[in-house]
Amino acid sequence: MPFVTPKSQQRAYDVIVVGSGAAGGQTAYTLCMEGARVLMLEAGRRYRPETETPMFQTPDLAPLGGEGTPQKPFGFYDATVDGGWQVPGEPYVRATEDHGGRFDWWRARMLGGRTNHWGRISLRNGPYDFKPKSRDGLGFDWPIGYEDLAPYYDKVELLIGVYGTSEGLENTPNSPAGCLLPPPKPIVSDYAIARSARGLGIPTIPGHRAVLTRALDHRSNPGRIHPGNTRAQEVLAAAMQTRAPCLWATPCGRGCSIRANYQSTTVHLPPALATGKLDITTDAMVYEVTLGPDGKASGVSFVDRRSGRHEHANARVVVLAASACESARILLNSKSSRFPDGLANSSGKVGRYIMDTVGSDVSGQVPLLESLPPLNEDAADGHQLYTPWWLYKEQLAGKLGFARGYHIEFGGGKRMPGPGTGAGLEWLTGGNYGAKFKQDVRRYYGSFVGFSGRGEMIPNDNSYCEIDPGGVKDKWGIPVLRFHWKWSEHETRQAAHMQRTFGEIIEAMGGKPEKIETDGAKAIAPGGLIIHEVGGTIMGADPKVSVTNQWCQTWDVPNLFVTDGAVFPSNADKNPTLTIMAVAWRASDHILASLRRKEL
Amino acid sequence: MDRRTSIKWMLAASAAWPAWRGAAGQPRHGRALLRPPATPGYGTDPDLVTPHKRGEFWPLTLSAAQRRLATVLSDLIIPADEHSPSASAVGVVEFIDEWVSAPYPRQQRDRPVVLDGFTWLDAEGGRRGGKGFAELDVATQTAICDSICSATRAAPDRREAARFFALYRDLTAGAFYSSPEGRKDLGYIGNVPLTSFEGAPPELLKKLKLT
Repeated sequence: MPFVTPKSQQRAYDVIVVGSGAAGGQTAYTLCMEGARVLMLEAGRRYRPETETPMFQTPDLAPLGGEGTPQKPFGFYDATVDGGWQVPGEPYVRATEDHGGRFDWWRARMLGGRTNHWGRISLRNGPYDFKPKSRDGLGFDWPIGYEDLAPYYDKVELLIGVYGTSEGLENTPNSPAGCLLPPPKPIVSDYAIARSARGLGIPTIPGHRAVLTRALDHRSNPGRIHPGNTRAQEVLAAAMQTRAPCLWATPCGRGCSIRANYQSTTVHLPPALATGKLDITTDAMVYEVTLGPDGKASGVSFVDRRSGRHEHANARVVVLAASACESARILLNSKSSRFPDGLANSSGKVGRYIMDTVGSDVSGQVPLLESLPPLNEDAADGHQLYTPWWLYKEQLAGKLGFARGYHIEFGGGKRMPGPGTGAGLEWLTGGNYGAKFKQDVRRYYGSFVGFSGRGEMIPNDNSYCEIDPGGVKDKWGIPVLRFHWKWSEHETRQAAHMQRTFGEIIEAMGGKPEKIETDGAKAIAPGGLIIHEVGGTIMGADPKVSVTNQWCQTWDVPNLFVTDGAVFPSNADKNPTLTIMAVAWRASDHILASLRRKEL
Repeated sequence: MDRRTSIKWMLAASAAWPAWRGAAGQPRHGRALLRPPATPGYGTDPDLVTPHKRGEFWPLTLSAAQRRLATVLSDLIIPADEHSPSASAVGVVEFIDEWVSAPYPRQQRDRPVVLDGFTWLDAEGGRRGGKGFAELDVATQTAICDSICSATRAAPDRREAARFFALYRDLTAGAFYSSPEGRKDLGYIGNVPLTSFEGAPPELLKKLKLT
């Protein structure tokens, strides 16, 4: 009985996993495939991508042409349900509304969490990214290195399916043979961008995204992922065969009914459920980890969102994978005489060092790309090519004025027209209308290119969350978070560098950037907008200044783990999801070994 | 535009031609319509796979006179040509009605801009031709649009009207090119399942000197 209500939950679970996204999905998958009995608690509703995904629906069939609203921030067809930067009945507080000091918190209350809609960009952290402090003296080192995580990156890529290539560039790791799927072929604008970037000394290489450009190898991958475990291999081989390769249409952010891209709901949860070891309770809003008299976590308390009743579940081990800030919130709300400031918070570091990604965008128009013949450029929904950070040496030599790098996500092409098509063209058309306007829209359609910088933020003492001292509570009476945020000049200068660089590339293409913002404080997207927030229960080697050890195990409570982005002590420019999964897998292996040794 | 600016602009428009009134003696696009009815919107968990009709989630609010004006203006911006029909023929007016009637912040900001713009057009039509904008001859309609179609070239007392025109042109274009006819006009051939993706055609890359 895989989907269970609070009443039908069994009594004896080995592990409770709070959350069902990249971290929760990976944790439950790893544990169940190796025989542990797991109860997963998800705050949102059950979600079925196979029947709920709008695969080919066009904008004219959606209200407002599908444009984003506060109820569907990434557009009507975005996979996210019951989520966004504001969730009704679940407020949070910002210490300030200023552009430079505000933090907006994205949540997705649904099975699979934000893995249903994410961009699928799947980059490995490189060796430098685990030892940033050793390299430049700023922030924190991880208690592990690339070599500790590399085998888990391999397994995640083999499991979820990631396209890309190994190019041997600095701090941009190669994957072993067979781990990556072939990348999609570039479109016209990719060639144009690559040529101009090359002229400026900026490399472009195939992107890495969790999309099946061909079917996964269900004969060989399961053996590499679960050596010696024939039952797990059988379950996984069967699950892999339910996933079809990409059909080169319809945006990945809507989810994928044919399971061609990675969502926890289509990749992690089906095989975990097939083991018979996983029970899932949805609409279960966990708010507290309960502490037993022995100083160990005894279970969790949650609100059944449908009945409003408060419930409790027990297990030998509790894993928080509720998303970085939600996991921190649960700990901070788990107060006891032993932990008056929140559970596992003897260091005072729970909620501290929240990081997002530095984001800044530039778009431009390129005459070379005007009036091209009809082309199908849907590809695998973009990111055929990207630019990894390329100025490591200049940066280390102190020539850039900021300490950490960024990668460039870029795109163009004849994407599906929508409510933005033909809008805002006055800077090119002089404001015409009528027959000439129609000709101009035809001429300019497909001639725009866009560049998004995604860069590393260094953790600081002024970016954190805490339980709101003003006493604001959500609709179930659970105290909410208050966010504090501050960028340093390392981030704002980096954003200004992005703007200049993107302007140079567009101009080298013979194009015209729409607007270049040279003031980095204005160019940088507010905190939380890129939705890469990590930190809050950082891992470390010293219990005095970190919340967990290298196994995501809290220093204070041995059977309590945090396996989501909260444990990141740094936030490399690489998008965090692949690393979240690799870290969760490694932590889960440790939990399994400890359970077998009866240490937990 | 905030409410205060909007009222100032309204007064300026009526001062320009205070005598003009609709058939029932009421202002054609009155203040009572400036705020749409309060509705909850489509919620955070709407059905994504079933096609939706305009007006399904919140009532459409444009009056018959406003829709008539919207039809004329949309078709001046996107007329029929040898490639595709006019804007109103593919449902643009219904889209704009849905847009200005929607309960969300962006649309509620756009609503007074559009409705005040309609009022200004009628006032200007009355000043120039003694008729509402929709009833004017095409030459006069075009002359009015020419005076507000560029935000940078518009006279200072027409800046607000030019902002309206820019917004209305964006809405018209967005709605038109979202439609099947608009997609076809642009030669969009995606959104179909393929067994393989071949990327950029080599002969095109050669022509563009990108190889």
